[in-house]
Parts: sequence; structure tokens; C-alpha cells
Amino acid sequence: MNDLDQLEAQSIYIFREAFNRLDKIAMLWSIGKDSNVMLWLARKAFFGHVPFPVLHVDTSYKIPEMIEFRDRVAKEWNLPLIVGQNKAALESGMHPSQGRVNCCSALKTEGLKALLAEHGFTGVIAGIRRDEEGTRAKERVFSPRNDTNEWDVRDQPPEFWDQFKTDFAPGTHLRIHPLLAWTELDVWRYIAREGIPVVDLYFAKHGKRYRSLGCAPCTGSIASTASTVEEIVEELETTKTSERAGRAQDKESEDAFERLRAAGYM
Amino acid sequence: MSNTPLKIVVVGHVDHGKSTLVGRLLHETGALPEGKVEYLKEVCDKRGMPFEWAFVMDALQAERDQGITIDTSQLRFHTGNRPVLIIDAPGHKEFLKNMITGAASAEAAVLIVDAHEGVQEQTRRHGYLLHLLGLSQIAVVVNKMDLVGWSEARFQEVDAEIRAYLAGIGVTPTHVVPVSARGGDFIKDRSQAAAWYQGPTVLEALDGFAAAATAHDLDLRFPVQDVYKFDTRRIVSGRIESGRLKVGDKLVFSPSGKSARVASIEGWAGSDVTVLSAGAGQSVGFTLDEPIFVERGQIAHLAESAPALAHEVKARVFWLGRDPLALGDRLKLKLSTAEYLVEVAAIERVIDVEDLGSHQGAQVGRNAVAEVVLRSRSAMAFDTFGANARLGRFVLVHGYDIVGGGIVASANDTRNIFQVNHQVTAESRARANAHKGGVLWLTGLSGAGKSTIAMELERRLFQKGWQVNVLDGDNVRHGLCSDLGFTHEDRTENIRRVGEVAHLFAKAGMLVITAFISPYRADRDRVRAIDAEAFHEIHVATGLDACEARDPKGLYRKARQGEIADFTGVSAPYEAPDVPELALNTEGKSVDETVAELLVYVENRFGRAAVDSLSA
Repeated sequence: MNDLDQLEAQSIYIFREAFNRLDKIAMLWSIGKDSNVMLWLARKAFFGHVPFPVLHVDTSYKIPEMIEFRDRVAKEWNLPLIVGQNKAALESGMHPSQGRVNCCSALKTEGLKALLAEHGFTGVIAGIRRDEEGTRAKERVFSPRNDTNEWDVRDQPPEFWDQFKTDFAPGTHLRIHPLLAWTELDVWRYIAREGIPVVDLYFAKHGKRYRSLGCAPCTGSIASTASTVEEIVEELETTKTSERAGRAQDKESEDAFERLRAAGYM
Repeated sequence: MSNTPLKIVVVGHVDHGKSTLVGRLLHETGALPEGKVEYLKEVCDKRGMPFEWAFVMDALQAERDQGITIDTSQLRFHTGNRPVLIIDAPGHKEFLKNMITGAASAEAAVLIVDAHEGVQEQTRRHGYLLHLLGLSQIAVVVNKMDLVGWSEARFQEVDAEIRAYLAGIGVTPTHVVPVSARGGDFIKDRSQAAAWYQGPTVLEALDGFAAAATAHDLDLRFPVQDVYKFDTRRIVSGRIESGRLKVGDKLVFSPSGKSARVASIEGWAGSDVTVLSAGAGQSVGFTLDEPIFVERGQIAHLAESAPALAHEVKARVFWLGRDPLALGDRLKLKLSTAEYLVEVAAIERVIDVEDLGSHQGAQVGRNAVAEVVLRSRSAMAFDTFGANARLGRFVLVHGYDIVGGGIVASANDTRNIFQVNHQVTAESRARANAHKGGVLWLTGLSGAGKSTIAMELERRLFQKGWQVNVLDGDNVRHGLCSDLGFTHEDRTENIRRVGEVAHLFAKAGMLVITAFISPYRADRDRVRAIDAEAFHEIHVATGLDACEARDPKGLYRKARQGEIADFTGVSAPYEAPDVPELALNTEGKSVDETVAELLVYVENRFGRAAVDSLSA
């Protein structure tokens, strides 16, 4: 088994643990490359099926190509898609201009919270990776959230030998992270190997491409000539810029992202 | 060149420089993203402190505030020869669970020791735990050499101290490297600071580590993770922990003992490749040629190479729970995909990681290591840690939390290893319960103390995990025998019914304690005859005078006044047993003393030793 085979086998193991140990699970689909890889892995884990709902929290500010891609793939793969939106916040005019962290909290974190509460999910599968950012590096594969969705980063459960925390108090839930051990480069190499579809926005046009996808107002593109999956792999093998460099909400303060995450952001 | 990174954990006492070493390694190997060092310099400037390499790893606000690592972190770099995934683990005692979380997934370890402070408590604890977690490749880094003026003599002292400790647990470090992580000496490049040191740099030491061996060569172990029926296929799925699995293999599922052949190894709808075999590490699914009952937790293996099967294991555990682990505690044990309810049957020794001495203890404190015996009601399938690490390690769960982990040293008692019998025999019940079933027949005068003793004995045995039940007048006279009075015939029938019920319970594996006056010898003998071996007559031999003096329910007074007819000892006879199995003299003794005496008898006749002698 090469490194990608090992990562794939481990992620499948995690998916199956979540599906077996938890009553009501769902998977977050941001429409980005990582969650597309997750969908692919789920279909492998469950022999062609995705036996739980796929959730998309729509902030209404997503880049239009993303929504188009979502609806096309959901139909093609016959995905049980649920779309949620914090309509109240949007109606009251929530926009990044009111503070990027505020906007993320309201539209993503609160939007997700409402969706989880409505359906009573006890496990949410999310595609975060350790190499993305310092606080994510400290995450667990099965990561508990309290009754208000908060992450107690100071007191995380021990997790070793693939024995995950699968017992938790009523009212709390777990975030499950099947891609935690993957790197950005692993994700692209796997996309190349398996031929997994991704949104065109990742590929360079006129010397620019998106490296990380979020909402249009807060996601910048990077200078790049990589216009195919293979060229992206090549580019990443040499780059020293961090992946979330284009994500503006992380930079409002030293611990902006940690605070976002502690409050329930992915 | 392999793309699979070597996983290395950095451990050691708090403040000896783990995060600084890691930060430095990342910097020296060019692994930090552009702008990261500048950004952290800015953060340090804002805080009015000198540049701190540890901030690369210590991403949490609280970690920067306190200058300590709270949780484990992972980062990557390339030594030039191989990719490395480096795991930074906290050194503070309070965060041992996070250290274990980091260390358990590593293939090799760097143990860091402060040159000035030398070997400290967590140096030893971490060294011990690395060994317990199965890591045998350990390089020692003696840090802060600049603070001791690069003294060769001091280095030799620390070198001797750490080597002596590690030798005590059977570990030889691959190298002991003097460094200054802050200054960057002997991290990647050699330094002029210590011309006397001829050994490798830290990076060279890392390059010397071997990748973890795959478990292909071990016997097949496939713990069932789930059984799916999303479409027409019934797919047994899980991960092959060791060995190989092929289409056509005849698999046995332990502990059930059922067996069937692998009919196909399943792909998914998107793939039309036919797979005929799969090996260790692969998450797969297969169908069977017969519809046998298979469920999560069972281990599939080949008939000729079965895992061990036992109710009890001797294990070395590290305890992370807030409250100490105590004898008799009940926990959930998770071994691979199986879960067993276990009880702490013995705490054999608590290991002092400071001097590697051991001491007897009734409990195991937080962050301590101990050798314990765990027993499960159902048979457990496993390997010893030495034979197959992946099937020889487990975690312990209490409530909602993982509170410890451990490795199986051995099945506690080879007599407990047996092939699972498809019939439930008295012996298999006794093994599952860890005690034999039987009838403890308490007889004696009214007021002798039978019910009090019975209830207290039941409570004490129940706390030890026994299957135990008291039958007394209160719970049979209202139901089973509500049609009976107190004439001689009715008393005889009452005892007959109680005797039959008691023996049925005993056959089901329970220890039944009865508390009836049962004054007639013939009645008791008839109950004994149902199953003489299970019947133990206990005479609660409190004399009439003492009983009448106690008269807890005022019955003797009423009987003397003629208000109750046929009252045993007053107006009806009591035929004391000639040769009871045990006679208890309660006069002048407390209930506790009497029950303690009876408990010794019960332990001897029905307890562990009696179970072990069943097949001896």
C-alpha cells in the first residue's frame, strides 16, 4: 500500500466507525475539493452508497459556480442533499462588511447550528485537515461539541489506537474528521489518481486560480498558471504559501480562527 | 523514495524544549510557510518577548499565554531523505492524555532532556509510556547545552543517567545527541560548539529510524466493523489488521466459533475490478458463502491460527481517569471493534515510574501505570500485545469518557482459555459469572437473624459482581405461595416450592440465598435431594432465649400470649440440622462479623477457586 492507499483505508475506517457507532449522522459538503474527496471516500466505504444526508450551509455569498456544481453532482450521484440557510440573519442584512468574523459566525456557524438542531444529528462529518491551520492540527478525529456546539480545545479527549470517543452525553454531539491526516497535496494527488470532479474555479484562468473556496467577498485568488489537476500537484510540491492565505476572516486578530472554531465553526 | 511520512513523536519533561526543537527542525528544513516566521516575530514583539520557536507548534492562545504546550500537534517536514510527520506532545503532567494521544500513533520517538536539569519525573514517565505503547526506537536529545557551556562532562552525566533509566525498561536509545534547539546547534548542521561530539545531528538520527513493519506476516485478524445490506449483497466489512484474506478462505469468527468461506471481496459500484485477495491495513468488505450470524466485534481468522479466548486478562494499564481505578470497578473495554463489560478483578502491582519499583495498592491514581486483572462476563477474543499488538491493546471507558488504555500481557489463567461451547453448561455459566451457582439455605428460629444476614450477604456479593438473589418469606408468601397458611402441611409445601425455585435459579448460574425458618428436617432434606451438590445448609444457630430476647417483630410475645398458634420454638417444634454445612453462632457478634464469616465460606465454595477447579 502506498501513502494514498493508507490514507484512503484509514478514512474509510473512520466513516464506518461513525456510521456504526452514532445514531444520526450527516456530512458537511462545502463543495470544495476536500468535501468532494470525502464524498468519494464515503461511496467507497459504503460500496457505492451514501447512507446519510449531505448538508450544505448556504451563506448566499458563495461563488455561483459552486452552487451550480453542487446541484449537478448531487443529481449525478443521487445524494441525499439538505441545504440550510440562516435566513433571519440574511434578512437583517448580514454581510462581511459587518465584520468578517461576525458574518462567518452568523451565516456559517449559526446556520449549521440551526440545521443540526432541526434534524437532531448526533454526528457531523467535516472535511477539515491538520495541515490547514494550527488549531486544526490539534483536533481529534472524533471531536466532541457541547450543547451549544462549542469546542473545548483546552480539554480534549484522549484518542489513540483508533479507539475514538463514541460515547457522549445527550444534547452534545460529535464532529468527525475523516480527512484530518491528509495534506492539501495528498488531496490533489488523490483527486488526480481517482478522477474526482472539482469546481473549475480551482484551475488557473488569466494567471489566477482559487486555492481555497469560500464566500465570494472573503476568498481571494492566487497567482498561478496551474490549469489542470496535475499542474496543481506540481505547484503545491514547491509552494511555501499557506492554503488559507486567501481567507480574510482568519486575519482579524491573532486568535481569530481559534475563536471561530471554539464557537462551532468547522 | 517513499511518500509515506515517518511518524515521530517528541516527548519529555515540561519546559525541556520539545516545541522549540520542533519549531527549529521545521525552520532548518524549510518546512514553514512563507511569512510564518515573520508573523510569529510580530506576535512576539507585540507581547514584548524574545522570538519563541515554540509558537510554531503552540497554536492555541492559551499555549502562547502560558508558554506551555497543552495539546498535541502535528507538522511535516522533509529531511532530504524522507518525509517526516512530527508530533509535538505536551510535557506537563496534567496533559498526559494528550501526550499519549500524540505518542500512540508514532513509529519512533525523540526524548528530550534539559542538560541543566537532567532526567526529571516526566522524562521517566514519558520514557516508560513510550515503551508501554510499543515504541522501541527512541533517540535522546540533550537540549540547552549552551546553558551548561557545552560541557562534555555534563553531557556524559546526563547521557549515563538516561541510558541507565531506559536500560531498566529494556530500551537502548539509538543515539544521544547534544543540542541547543534555540541556537540551532546539531539540529541539521554540525556545530563548532562541541568539537568533542562525533555522533549524528538530530536530522541524521531521524534518518536512522526504520519505518514500522507492516503486519502482513502475522496471522490473519479481521475484526468485524459492520455488516451492510444496502443492496442485494450482505457485506461483512472492516479492516484487515494483520495477515492476508483471500477469496475461498474458510474463516472462523471468534468468539462465536461460527465459520464460512469468503465468497467474494466486494468493490463499489464505481469499480469493476475483481479483487481476489487483500492484506493488512486495507479497509475491505466481503460476502460469505453461508448466511451465518456475524456481528461487529467478532474477529475473523483462519481455523489453524485462532486468537486467544478468555474471560480474564492480565494487563498493563495506564490510567487517565480523574478518580482512581479501584478493585471491583466496572468499565467498558474496547479492543479493536469489540466492546466488553469488565470488572477489575485484581490490582497486582502499581508501578512507580520514578524508580521502576512496584508496590501493592488497592487503587491506581491518575496518570499511574499498573498491572491489573480484568474480567469480562463474556469470553473475549484477543492476542497478547507481544504476539500481535493491534489485537493486544485496548482502551477503558467509564461513562462517556476514555479513562485509560492498556496492553494484554497474557490471558490471566490458561484454564480460562477454552473453546466456546455451543451449549450453555453449568461450567460455562460459572466461568462467565466467575462463581458457581448454588443454594445457600439459611435455617433457624424466628429472630435468629436469617433475613438480615441474607440481605447483607446479597448486598456484599452483588457489589463484587455476583449473580445473587435472596428468597425469603416476604417475596414468596405474597405470590408463589399466597395460597398457603402455616399448618404443618402448608409449611412443607411452602418449603418444597421454595426449594424447587431456588434450585432452578441455581441451575441458571445464580447463588440463591434463602431465609426461611424451615423447622422440619425432612422438608430440608427433600430440598437437598433436588441437587445435593448445589445445596448448602447454613444453620443460623441463635438460641431460643436470644431470639426471644430480640423479638424484633413482637411475635414471641404474641405467641406466648396465645395470639399466634403453631409458633416455632414456642408452640411448634424446631428440628435443628444434624450436620449443616456451616453453623453460625450469632450471639455476641455483630451482623458484619457474622456475614464476614459466611462470606469466607461462600468465596471458598462458590468463588473463583471453585470455578477454576471445575476443569482442573
